[in-house]
Amino acid sequence: MDDQLKYMTGQVAKGTMTRREFVGRAAALGVTAAVANTMLANSADAASHGTPIRGGSLKIGSSGGESTNTLDPALTASEVPLDNLRHLYESLVEVDASGAVEPRMAESYEASADAKTWAFKIRKGIQFHNGKDMTPEDVLKTMQRHSNEDSQSGALGIMRGISNMKVDGDNFIVELEVGNADLPYLMADYHLMIQPDGGMDNPGAGIGTGPYTLEVDEPGVRHGFKRNENYWDADNRGFTDYNEVLVLNDATARTAALQSGQVNMINRVDPKVAALLDRAPNLSVKSVAGRGHYVFIAHIDTAPFDNNDLRMALKYAINREEMVDKILRGYGTIGNDMPINASYPLFDASIPQREHSIEKAKEFYAKSGHDGSPIILRVADGAFPGAVDAASLFQESAKAAGIPLEIKREPNDGYWSEVWNKQPFCASYWGGRPVQDQMYSTAYLSTADWNDTRWKRPEFDAMLLEARAELDDAKRKAIYSTMGQSLRDEGGLILPMFNDFVDGVASNVGGWTEDPNAELMNNKAPIKCWVKDA
Amino acid sequence: MHPILKLIAQRLALGLLLLFAASILIFVGTSILPGDVAQSILGQSATPEALANMRRELGLNEPAVTRYFTWLGGVLQGDLGTALTNGRDIAESLGGRLKNTLFLAFWAAAISVPLAIFLGLLAVRYKDRWPDKLISAVTLTTISIPEFMIGYVLIYWVAIKWRLFPSVAIINDSMTLGAKLNAIAIPVMVLTLVVLAHMMRMTRAAILNVMQSAYIETAELKGLGMLKIIRKHAFPNAIAPIVNVVMLNLAYLVVGVVVVEVVFAYPGMGQYLVDHVSKRDVPVVQACGLIFAAVYIGLNLVADIVSILANPRLRHPK
Repeated sequence: MDDQLKYMTGQVAKGTMTRREFVGRAAALGVTAAVANTMLANSADAASHGTPIRGGSLKIGSSGGESTNTLDPALTASEVPLDNLRHLYESLVEVDASGAVEPRMAESYEASADAKTWAFKIRKGIQFHNGKDMTPEDVLKTMQRHSNEDSQSGALGIMRGISNMKVDGDNFIVELEVGNADLPYLMADYHLMIQPDGGMDNPGAGIGTGPYTLEVDEPGVRHGFKRNENYWDADNRGFTDYNEVLVLNDATARTAALQSGQVNMINRVDPKVAALLDRAPNLSVKSVAGRGHYVFIAHIDTAPFDNNDLRMALKYAINREEMVDKILRGYGTIGNDMPINASYPLFDASIPQREHSIEKAKEFYAKSGHDGSPIILRVADGAFPGAVDAASLFQESAKAAGIPLEIKREPNDGYWSEVWNKQPFCASYWGGRPVQDQMYSTAYLSTADWNDTRWKRPEFDAMLLEARAELDDAKRKAIYSTMGQSLRDEGGLILPMFNDFVDGVASNVGGWTEDPNAELMNNKAPIKCWVKDA
Repeated sequence: MHPILKLIAQRLALGLLLLFAASILIFVGTSILPGDVAQSILGQSATPEALANMRRELGLNEPAVTRYFTWLGGVLQGDLGTALTNGRDIAESLGGRLKNTLFLAFWAAAISVPLAIFLGLLAVRYKDRWPDKLISAVTLTTISIPEFMIGYVLIYWVAIKWRLFPSVAIINDSMTLGAKLNAIAIPVMVLTLVVLAHMMRMTRAAILNVMQSAYIETAELKGLGMLKIIRKHAFPNAIAPIVNVVMLNLAYLVVGVVVVEVVFAYPGMGQYLVDHVSKRDVPVVQACGLIFAAVYIGLNLVADIVSILANPRLRHPK
């Protein structure tokens, strides 16, 4: 379907197909009008990419900022701090828009045959904002800060498999307990930003090697950045003289700021207004399918969810198309009860899609022998946007199958500490990970801290480790396919939809490209875009 | 000692006692909320090791009573401590926010208080005729609409359609006064519309009450004009209730405008407090709570004293 749509957008660009015709045909392929229009806008932009223009300034209106934020990469967890990190720091490698590893502070890397020892060759001639040279020692200290016993880093989990790290000449060497073909993807984690002396003394100083230096730091209000004149990759990043990230947590305030021209780009456009906003002059709404998913999760070791027939009944009872349509307003795709979709490398597209079926739901529910007592689903608005409405839709379609679902509303405050990963059945959200290995190790390995469905299968763990050390892609793909299917058919994960990232961009912004890793071009739009009328 | 000085001293002492009680309430309140600061900072990405490391570093393993008295000791020496979440000096970051809050409150009050009193007098002058009815209808309508709604409506027309003033009211120290006033124009309009009715209605009611007295009738009989009677005889005698309601509204403008701050992304104290409550950053919540309580108590103190000074019977007690 994707190829066909791409072909069709090309036809429109060439003028051999009208816009109306395109929207009609796209609808036949199951794409809503709102999304079809956005696709057109995106492809038209790609065609008109000129050469970058230097100068001027970009203002970014972003949600997810608080006055409690810091510039310490280890403690970064929300959107505004992420925008700040991308301005100030860089990591060893990054994951690019196509899902490939892009070397940054490392100019190249290589693995031993068993994928147990990795050598990252550190780029030379790069200076931190304080004028000091960036060395392999700084890289080592950074990695140590995120993995030592005092670490509070969000990357602590992914650093666990490392048995030893050292510097060897120009190389930074990582030795693993078990081989991992995806190690470079782990090193691309946004927490692992290279800081002078590893940021041991003052991690929140904002001194890195990034394309911008810190000018203003008012957490929860605004952050200002000036172009780094010494930046090593100035041909590709850092075109504007000055950037400012404004914290606009209110969705209406964000759209109003974009419409009145006070900011050049905003994140998280409310799907309810996205199609309307796209009609406004001088701006466009950009959406890109990502790996984030909205889910309902059941603990499979707790009654009544320890009964797979009941889980299957719930999976058949949920109406996925309706959810994408009503909750995401078409800005998303349906899920298949496994956390992996086509945005991941090595995805097996031949796994059949689970369809909504009241008949099958009734059949499995009868087979489960559930006593008819209400099944309690806990939900809060903060679980994901529209979570309470989604739970109501779920309740209605379950009722049609005779399954007594009861919704219990929880406060947003404390939802992630008191309900998620504690209560047996609740709504939740996953941001996705760049590769399948990381997604499965984070939430579906027996020993994972965030195993929020209590999926503990020794054979699944064994397959995960086998795939991790396997360097042959065909074999890995086959293993991942088996793993995905076992989760789909037996797991506690009910995954109705993957959400798109929906951003709003003013038409004077040049250089916008799609990046499925995260919103605002993986938070790199401010450093990769330019102002056309600068 | 002069009885008024004695009264002020008494009121001040009572106020301090109230503040102390408020600080205990706030501390207990934040302590019984579910989750703790370490859990809130790390959020969904918390691992047990990271949590334990953070709790140890933040001193959360100490008993609550110890933490409270350590904090109180610091405050008495003028040290509000550092924020648990981002390690910043509270007095410094709070100072900037407080300044912004007072800036917005000052301009909103500078416009709304004279306007409300003027409209109130006008309503009395034209009692039960169309100006009175129009003023009441408009102000009662704006007080009945939630403030965020007024904010959105004004943003739509003033910022997006007419492009007169910006919808984002982020101000900073490097801006000129003119630029700052331009930035806060729409929030000031919203706040004015929200507080106008309360003060206007009270002015109208208080003066109408006085207007029924015998001495007003005498003034009328000796041929004074209506506006002059209101200005010279009725208003001074109605000042006590008006000052009371003005002070309540001023207090609201300082401590109650978090919704307006969010809609306009204004860097005031309300948003700062809410961010830290959701992260269970107790020292900051304590400091903000203390300031808010002090503002409320202080403004009420002023209202009381002004009413006493305005009333000769209270000014010279037997």
